[in-house]
Amino acid sequence: MAEFTLPTNSKVKIGDTYKAPSGAKRIKNFKIYRWDPDKGGNPRLDTYEIDMDDCAPMVLDALIKIKNEVDTTLTFRRSCREGICGSCSMNIDGTNTLACLKPIDDVDGDVHIYPLPHMPVIKDLVPDLSVPYAQLASVEPWLKTETPPSPIRERLQSPDERAKLDGLWECILCFCCTTSCPSYWWNGDRYLGPAVLLQAYRWIADSRDEYAGERLDALEDPFRLYRCHTIMNCTKTCPKNLNPAKAIAEIKKLMVMRQ
Amino acid sequence: MADKTFRSMRTPLARVRGLGSAKEGVHHWWAQRLTALALVPLTLWFVVSVAGLAGMDHAAAVAWIGSPAVSVLLVLLVTATFWHAQLGVQVVIEDYVHSEAVKLVALIAVKFAAVLLAIASIFAVLRLAFGG
Repeated sequence: MAEFTLPTNSKVKIGDTYKAPSGAKRIKNFKIYRWDPDKGGNPRLDTYEIDMDDCAPMVLDALIKIKNEVDTTLTFRRSCREGICGSCSMNIDGTNTLACLKPIDDVDGDVHIYPLPHMPVIKDLVPDLSVPYAQLASVEPWLKTETPPSPIRERLQSPDERAKLDGLWECILCFCCTTSCPSYWWNGDRYLGPAVLLQAYRWIADSRDEYAGERLDALEDPFRLYRCHTIMNCTKTCPKNLNPAKAIAEIKKLMVMRQ
Repeated sequence: MADKTFRSMRTPLARVRGLGSAKEGVHHWWAQRLTALALVPLTLWFVVSVAGLAGMDHAAAVAWIGSPAVSVLLVLLVTATFWHAQLGVQVVIEDYVHSEAVKLVALIAVKFAAVLLAIASIFAVLRLAFGG
């Protein structure tokens, strides 16, 4: 059955508190999910008191400050710190987003930080994304053609055709949308999820690609595509302001059009 | 899902590709939308009409159901309702019931119940229409 409560060994307990240095005037509490596979046991919520007068503005800045100055065992993914690599996706203040794009001031009260929901946790804020990565690979996200490329020039595309890819190519595959989708939580082993379906549509919509029919064949499935029930969490949560729900709707439209 | 992720030795890609695409689903999706579309006017008509029957005696209600236009609309309403309902409940079961055996039994029960209730309702309308 669907899981409406956490399994006993996943219930989050209250953890340690790391006090702010004395003299700190503007203190913000960061309550961060911690779980260490080497230690086992239940996950806990550690509290880090951070002096906002000595911290850069984004949530990722606070995480890096904690790791550098307070607790080196805190584990999270990050790379570009400017919203283009998709590494620091996590659940902040109840919403999946990128820590590097989330201003601390946007959060009223304590800042609660958890890993992306409903994925196996590797450690602390690092989820196991090997299934969504495999789902991405399964839609073969690359240009597929029969016509051999011209030896003297690029594959041509009109400005109008290129415009059809806007809102699709910008996806950075952070999987904030996929892991915000209840349908993906319940059936993530078979439903491809919004991020992968948006990627699939990115190639279906590409005028240079010659395999739209085969791509639609592979998606036409009660679970792979039609587990989308237009819940719209994907569009609401996307830190890049993309619209995966619309991309999925376009795929469903094409399915009807080719009948 | 978590259990499968940790305990299976298959690669993620093998699990994700699974048995391949079922190559169906568009008909279910389209039928759900068509029946929803049909149910908008049919349900409005039914609610308004039944409200208008308030205060009528049994004989008047029987006569109303038996009139040709009303019988046809009622049969359409019953068909669209149960068709739409079983499509919807099927999706709910597929979403939430993850034991294959329970899922199969539940799906069969829903389909059979929908057919039984629809045919019983249609039979009742026709009986009044043809004065059985």
